[in-house]
Amino acid sequence: MGRYILRRLLQMIPTLLAVAALIFLIFSVLPGSFAGTMTGGGRRALSPELVAQINAQFGLDKPLPVRFWDYLVRLVQFDLGTSFRTREPVMDLIAARIWPSLQLALSAMALAVTVGIPLGFLAAMRPGSLLDSITMIGAVSGLSMPQFWLGLLLMYVFALQLGWLPSFGYGEGRLRNLILPAIALGFAPLALLARTTRAGVLEVMASDHIRTAMAKGASPSQMVRWHVLRNVMVLIVTTMGLQIGSLLGQALVIEKLFSWPGLGSLMVDSVAIRDIPVVQGTILVIVLWFLVINVLVDVIYAAIDPRISLR
Amino acid sequence: MSGPLLDIRGLTIGIPNRNGPPLQIVRDLSFDIMPGEIFGLVGESGSGKSASALALMGLNRRPLTTLKGQALYGGQDLLAMSRRSMRKLRGDRISMIFQEPMTALNPLARIGSQIAEMFVLHRGLSWSDARPKAVEALAAVQVPDPEGRARAYPHQLSGGLRQRVMIAVAMACRPDLLIADEPTTALDVTVQAEVLRLIRELCEREGTAVLLISHDLGVIAQMCQRVGVMANGRLLELRDAKALFTDPRHPYTQGLLAALPRLGSRAVEGRHRLADLDTAIDRNAPGFAETYLRPRGEAA
Repeated sequence: MGRYILRRLLQMIPTLLAVAALIFLIFSVLPGSFAGTMTGGGRRALSPELVAQINAQFGLDKPLPVRFWDYLVRLVQFDLGTSFRTREPVMDLIAARIWPSLQLALSAMALAVTVGIPLGFLAAMRPGSLLDSITMIGAVSGLSMPQFWLGLLLMYVFALQLGWLPSFGYGEGRLRNLILPAIALGFAPLALLARTTRAGVLEVMASDHIRTAMAKGASPSQMVRWHVLRNVMVLIVTTMGLQIGSLLGQALVIEKLFSWPGLGSLMVDSVAIRDIPVVQGTILVIVLWFLVINVLVDVIYAAIDPRISLR
Repeated sequence: MSGPLLDIRGLTIGIPNRNGPPLQIVRDLSFDIMPGEIFGLVGESGSGKSASALALMGLNRRPLTTLKGQALYGGQDLLAMSRRSMRKLRGDRISMIFQEPMTALNPLARIGSQIAEMFVLHRGLSWSDARPKAVEALAAVQVPDPEGRARAYPHQLSGGLRQRVMIAVAMACRPDLLIADEPTTALDVTVQAEVLRLIRELCEREGTAVLLISHDLGVIAQMCQRVGVMANGRLLELRDAKALFTDPRHPYTQGLLAALPRLGSRAVEGRHRLADLDTAIDRNAPGFAETYLRPRGEAA
């Protein structure tokens, strides 16, 4: 298994390279430049000398392949470059933002798992019941509701009207500040998990080996514990993995809305001023997170299902 | 001889219909099974054999419902029992094996624990005490290397071995009745014979009666003392196995036997078309409409 994980980790390298190349390419064709944003957002006509000076200062005057090569050489030394704006190493900027980001993503996921999976289970146990209908209507609404709208709604009710929770900010990591953004971010994965769990349980319950379990004389609770839980886990782990993986990137809307100092807001701010090294760094971290979660999911698969072997 | 082990009277299974009479799958089925007897139920697919067996176990899935009838076992009606007491009987006194050994076992659980489960459920053993019993049960169904196989997962076993595991599960608690629903249909012919012999030997040793369901007349002839012939939800003929095969009375049974391919028949009779059921059975014969609810193919 150690060898398998090592191989999977090595396989990430080409993916990360491709992502880095893609970002480079995109920013070279996008209109707007760092020099432009530095000197008044392009509203005024720029003096060519100033633009040339800024470009030379940040190495933007060199041709694209050379810049890309320089970037790669630094990347393999775990150097993500220096921010155009703050002149700080990108690594430091990301390090400051990664914990709030993870905190938000993992809290949202914890909410989704602890509420979504049991709800899906209960709904599947009584298909067609009131609980089932309410859960599934809630799940569809949860999936179709825009995140920012739910965030605004939560802000309005719990911060503005009731005054229970702060409406924005990190609050030095206080739990009070985490609650609303975590709910806003976790609602869609919660809804998806509830639906997936329900569908998975129903599928397993319809399978032949459940009929065998009934013929053995197992009670419903014994059947669920011995023959349903583990079988449903494969499906649940897939959904969970995809969600956790993409949550870090998805969080940017919620982070902006709640002024949460995460990677998403760092990335958006940096895109706006064409601070390319920072954008590149944040995207690479988000992609890396997604890849690592994927490997983790595959390892968990093999632990759950003996038919899957890691090779 | 003492009374029957299981006495089924007027079993009717169907799908309830809000706007009229229910759609009946099995109509007024009555037969009994003596202790230790191997009773065969034979018929085409869709004739209601499996639905009847599952009804006895209380395992039919909605919308299939037991509409009428009794199944007396030791003075109790299986069809009217509470779920709780039925669960106690299931697996312990009456057990069942199914047609598909490939899917009947939980793919994610070890063979040993799937057998051990029976001792935990019905004998109150702890899992650690039940495991060695599971290995014994595997040995009893002549699985080679029972210790090793107990640790294996179903996908690591062949179909024949899996069906042996199912038999080990079903026989673990030495039941009074084993319901075998097409136990060998999914298996190779050579494996088929071994599995059938195993069922017969085990049940003889334990005094377990068998309700053997098959569409295969050869299997039925080889195994059973008495046979019931079912078609379209009705029991047409119930006879001693020997009498049934030498002197079939019902035209349907005659047709069924005529449709049986025989070795060498082609050589003797030349290029003779194999008689299929529809040519062998005269569905327009007088009285046939009463036994047949509807022509084949229009059912449900």
